[in-house]
Amino acid sequence: MALGYNEEEAMAEARRCLKCPSPTCTKGCPVQIEIPAFIECIKKGDFDGAIAKLKEKNNLPGITGRVCPQELQCENECIFKKRGAPIAIGALERFAADYELKKGVKIPEKAKSTGKRVAVVGSGPAGLTAAGDLARLGHDVTVFEALHLPGGVLVYGIPEFRLPKSIVKAEVEYVSRLGAEIRTNTIIGRTLTVDDLFETGYDAVFIGTGAGSPWFMRIPGENLNGIYSANEYLTRCNLMKAYSFPEYDTPIHRGKRAVVVGGGNAAMDAARTALRLGGDEVHIIYRRSRDEMPARLEEVRNAEEEGVQLDLLTNPTRYLGNKDGWVERVECLSMGLGPPDESGRRRPVPMKGSEFLTPIDVAVVAIGQGPNPLIAQTTEGLKVGDDERIIVDEFGKASRDGIWAAGDIASNEGTVIHAMGNAKKSALAIHEYLMK
Amino acid sequence: MNEIIETKELSSSVKMFRVKAPEIAKKYKAGQFVILRVNEKGERIPLTVADADAKNGTITIISQEVGKTTAMLGQLNAGDRLQDLVGPLGKPSEIERFGQVIVIGGGVGTAVAYPEARALKNAGNKLISIIGARNKDLLVFEDEVRAISDELHITTDDGSKGHHGFVTDVLKELIEKRVTIDRVIAIGPAIMMKAVANLTRPHRIKTVVNLNPIMIDGTGMCGACRVSVGGQTKFACVDGPSFDGHEVDYDLLMTRLRMYMEQEKVAMKQLTKADH
Repeated sequence: MALGYNEEEAMAEARRCLKCPSPTCTKGCPVQIEIPAFIECIKKGDFDGAIAKLKEKNNLPGITGRVCPQELQCENECIFKKRGAPIAIGALERFAADYELKKGVKIPEKAKSTGKRVAVVGSGPAGLTAAGDLARLGHDVTVFEALHLPGGVLVYGIPEFRLPKSIVKAEVEYVSRLGAEIRTNTIIGRTLTVDDLFETGYDAVFIGTGAGSPWFMRIPGENLNGIYSANEYLTRCNLMKAYSFPEYDTPIHRGKRAVVVGGGNAAMDAARTALRLGGDEVHIIYRRSRDEMPARLEEVRNAEEEGVQLDLLTNPTRYLGNKDGWVERVECLSMGLGPPDESGRRRPVPMKGSEFLTPIDVAVVAIGQGPNPLIAQTTEGLKVGDDERIIVDEFGKASRDGIWAAGDIASNEGTVIHAMGNAKKSALAIHEYLMK
Repeated sequence: MNEIIETKELSSSVKMFRVKAPEIAKKYKAGQFVILRVNEKGERIPLTVADADAKNGTITIISQEVGKTTAMLGQLNAGDRLQDLVGPLGKPSEIERFGQVIVIGGGVGTAVAYPEARALKNAGNKLISIIGARNKDLLVFEDEVRAISDELHITTDDGSKGHHGFVTDVLKELIEKRVTIDRVIAIGPAIMMKAVANLTRPHRIKTVVNLNPIMIDGTGMCGACRVSVGGQTKFACVDGPSFDGHEVDYDLLMTRLRMYMEQEKVAMKQLTKADH
């Protein structure tokens, strides 16, 4: 597990940066942080300057420093990448953010009140970003959160060992201190509708409700006891603190032999959680090869270091249970790799007759999730695509006037940084719309 | 918000709470539920809303003590506040003029069935109600149901009131007597709903049941509440909680409801220890 740099280590790493005249790292960043400029500040020991530079483009550096897939973005473009060791941009970002957090986050100057009201739906990465930017621009912002705690996927999905909840709490506080009101336990689409929001005086609505609807494989036995979606497994632990049962009331089934199906970050998180819940043997089952795994490289490494075993080119076909309805075994098929599919990745092809059974007592299905349809179903004139995502233009504007959307509810990029980048664009577009 | 205005004991283990929740009260329709937490370390549990008063901004919920959370809820009184309360959740029940309907409530299910029965009565249906419990002390909402029913049957397992036996005995008799039945709504323990569905299936009497699986968020995010209906996996929180009674896999529902039986015992033991 990465523990983070101290000042000397950070400055030493920063000194490696060549300050390329036309920096490719910045191009690799979805929100175009001026990376060489913030690294230069760290090099000089001007950590306040570094955090100011980061925050020009990114409200939540403490979070993205930990959860961005840097090896596919900024660090992938670093000139040192070819020689094998790119500048550790993510770790430097995290260092600057943690420095600020320790010192106390300064609230930037706010624009004069515009008298305009904006409703932000969802308090995950997209919602917090839009809320922060809009509040700073002088708008009266209310954030609506369905759960009892704000933070969205940052609190229910990502475990403490990867993203400490104190950091999410600090980011939420930052948005509140900017003047945004955060209302938990309010489901837009049920408690209030988008139309109610307009009727009660909101001038614009930003939707950042994420991708909260878990997918299952629809294979036999998937509803046996002991089989969870990654969302449920992680929510029980992260949001409800089931790892502290019975001090906390929410229970979770602690398995000795766990399998997690999928190759993304949620799969890695679930596998590492299963180890922490007392799993002796935890396997990740993934139908493609290591190269195709969508998880951050660091997460795969961390999982393996901790003892998670990767069963690659393997796909579950059914679960078998005991007489009490508990999962007892999983049947898998071995896969070969065929020619590339639409995603450009080589298509996994089942190998006939390769079925084998593995004894298990817990399984977590982490094969992805779709958008929650509640808002689309209850909002007249809001167009969604075949994938049920809200259709938006490049600034996040939806088909109905006054509504914007960003993050996983509007695109399938699936990373915190993309959600934040698009939310920033939406916030600016909303600002222009309100000030017209 | 979330303040308890009034409580009332309906039986030794069933308690009614009127809670301040203006937004939920305004949106609520029969068949919907809420999710609540009793305290900061508490779990999220779904409870059906038995009534709502939009004018006064209150909802009525009914809880039967079955574990630690409901036991802690039972200790709350007027003036206390629920930690969290969110809703209304789930799809509202189908309310239309079907003709003659039979509403069956088992145990605390009677209170859950009441708002739907009342809505059906108000929609112009003739209403036959069958309510049952293990014994007469566990019967709830008897007067309320009587007031809206054209015909009321009471059953108790031990014969302490009404028919000595099950709600299905009465239903079977009505079917055999060829009483017109345009729709049956059954709300109660899974085993009761299963028995009702088995009775009505051969006669092709449309039967709607209201399922009560374990839930966390109640918005379709976790999938804890998955049920099998007509061979398809559904999320009771957003696809339900009402489903076609003839298509539900009740055995799966009952198995999944038992998932945390061991932990529930541990939690309950801890609570009783803390009380002494």
